[in-house]
Amino acid sequence: MTDATLRPAPNLLANGWVKAALILAAIVAAAMVAAKLDGSGTAYKVFIDPFVQMVELPDLLVQTLWEGLVTGVLYALIALGFVLIFKASGVFNFAQGIMVVFAALTLVGLHEKGVPAFLAVILTLGVMFVLAVTIERMVLRPLVNQPDIILFMATFGITYFLIGFGESVFGGNPKQMIAEQLYLPKGAIDLNILGGRVSLQKIDIAAAVIASIMIAALALFFQYTRIGRALRAVADSHKAALSVGISLNQIWVIVWFTAGIVALITGIMWGARSDVSFALEIVALKALPVLILGGFTSIPGAIVGGLIIGIGEKLGEFYWGPLIGGGIESWLAYFIALGFLLFRPQGLFGDKIIERI
Amino acid sequence: MFYREAGQYKTSYSADMAVFPIWQDRIGIAVILALAFIGVPLIGNDFFTTTVMIPFLVFSLAAIGLNILTGYTGLISLGTAAFMGVGAYACYKMTTIFPNVNIIVLILVSGLFSAAIGVLFGLPSLRIKGFYLAVATLAAQFFLQWAFVRVPWLFNYNASGAIEVPLRSVFGIPITGATASPETRYFVCLVLVVVLTWFASNIVHGRLGRSWMAVRDMDIAAELMGIKLLNAKLLAFAVSSFYCGVAGAMMIFLWYGTAEAADVFSIRLSFTVLFMIIIGGLGSLIGSFFGAAFIASLPTIMKFGLPAIGIPLSGATAEHVTFMLLGALIILFLIVEPHGLARLWQIGKQKLRTWPFPY
Repeated sequence: MTDATLRPAPNLLANGWVKAALILAAIVAAAMVAAKLDGSGTAYKVFIDPFVQMVELPDLLVQTLWEGLVTGVLYALIALGFVLIFKASGVFNFAQGIMVVFAALTLVGLHEKGVPAFLAVILTLGVMFVLAVTIERMVLRPLVNQPDIILFMATFGITYFLIGFGESVFGGNPKQMIAEQLYLPKGAIDLNILGGRVSLQKIDIAAAVIASIMIAALALFFQYTRIGRALRAVADSHKAALSVGISLNQIWVIVWFTAGIVALITGIMWGARSDVSFALEIVALKALPVLILGGFTSIPGAIVGGLIIGIGEKLGEFYWGPLIGGGIESWLAYFIALGFLLFRPQGLFGDKIIERI
Repeated sequence: MFYREAGQYKTSYSADMAVFPIWQDRIGIAVILALAFIGVPLIGNDFFTTTVMIPFLVFSLAAIGLNILTGYTGLISLGTAAFMGVGAYACYKMTTIFPNVNIIVLILVSGLFSAAIGVLFGLPSLRIKGFYLAVATLAAQFFLQWAFVRVPWLFNYNASGAIEVPLRSVFGIPITGATASPETRYFVCLVLVVVLTWFASNIVHGRLGRSWMAVRDMDIAAELMGIKLLNAKLLAFAVSSFYCGVAGAMMIFLWYGTAEAADVFSIRLSFTVLFMIIIGGLGSLIGSFFGAAFIASLPTIMKFGLPAIGIPLSGATAEHVTFMLLGALIILFLIVEPHGLARLWQIGKQKLRTWPFPY
């Protein structure tokens, strides 16, 4: 007999995915039964009716999916900034969302002062670089070797500082993103598909395209450049990276600057879809569930997480929101993420958490 | 010089474990209590009582609540404001349903509702740790905040969509509502805070508190030592939310008078309380008071203090500067003294003890 035959049959239930699928199937079955038995029709409205609507009006479904997709891409962009910093420095950068707003505000503020649009972009990049250097010098360097939680809280400090600073310099009023000056497209494309009209905002298409380009560029940068290799080395192990002569301080500046660039691009895209103001902060917080869903250390995770959250919350809001009063977008993302976390505590693509005594 | 503990021998285990082991400390705490109970009402005017003392007391209680969870048990929570909101709304509903029940009792009971909700949202903490948990508590924050606005039953279908605090009297003295005097509200706050702090002190110095600290330092090791993680973590959530809930009920009923619905219990408030315990000192009850005093007084100082010494600041600018200052202070404290004001206080006491001849 070979070893293979001796080995006990693998326990399918030990696999998280199988367990999750079984539970999901059980819930669906229970819902079907409940909908059949329930006289008042509540269960029908919750479990059956939304799906009937989806099938009967596919154009609305496509529209909702598209909006979810675009929102998801933008969440993914914010989450991307988090992941970059977390991988390279182990800092959970709570301030990433604010950096997005801050970058957008700086850009718009500079343009208001009369700086041409593209020069303003370059100047904003300069500001983000200065910010990266300042954070490295003032926050990260003195806090080297502190517990993660201390660094996490320090980024709260950065968040508040940036809010106060941004508002005192640029004022608290919502501003208009300079979308036209940056040659971002406006208007919508109407498609007649599936017996209805689906309207795609051009800016959304541009956002999706630019996001894809940026993610591809980042992937190439990480994979094929010297700095990218150093960044990956630091992400793997700080000590090993130090021992082969990589300067941690330099890497941190680079990585925070990269996150700053990502923040600026995200800021432009978000700003073009709505106003630029610190009200975006709440939207930026949405990147957190995206992050825990995808796992802190995985760039694909950030993207997949963003799409799941974006599409999930739009579908939830559109089909189930009216049942309980609407506005559930504000918390649905967190619950979706929480649901996934209960099965995979490290997120979908995160490194397995190994704890040692 | 200022005080010596020479000659004060600890002859029993309980004397060794006392919270205030030397009699100078006991005198100190007695003086502080006397000041709070007699001094403040005698000296302070209404303005001082309502804009400084009552917010300070309310925030202290909330900070103690969060400190139990974050400082003692090591579970970061960003949902403090939501749990405070649960307390406030529970108190409002109960006083509507039972108008004749003593409002102070109701404020305390509303903490229990908050504790129940806290346990519910604490359940994921068994599987989710660290940053992941911090984000998971945001689920509580945003969901409850949404519920406070969208479930009209919670605010009795008021047109304003907010809690309107009714007049409630105890022994003929109005305690909540428009006619309650600031002194009365201050006294109620003070008594609640003192009693609950005494409870908290006993909890964190007892078996439960020690098991929390073991969980904070390393939960797997704590589990191996026989601490039941489920019980310890959920109890931490329950006790913490209880304190936050009572603080929230006090906030609306004894301080604000009327809540602007979701505005009060927003995520900003969660952060404010978190900052209090960071600046005050994680894992320290006295630190909660220091942090609350510091952060609760900061806006008032910026608003009224700076113009008084000749630095004019408009309201909006003052707010922005407060934000910047807060952010900078957080970073500064984390770098210079991660144990916060509480550690500075200890160092100060040590210095005074050995003052003329430090060794």
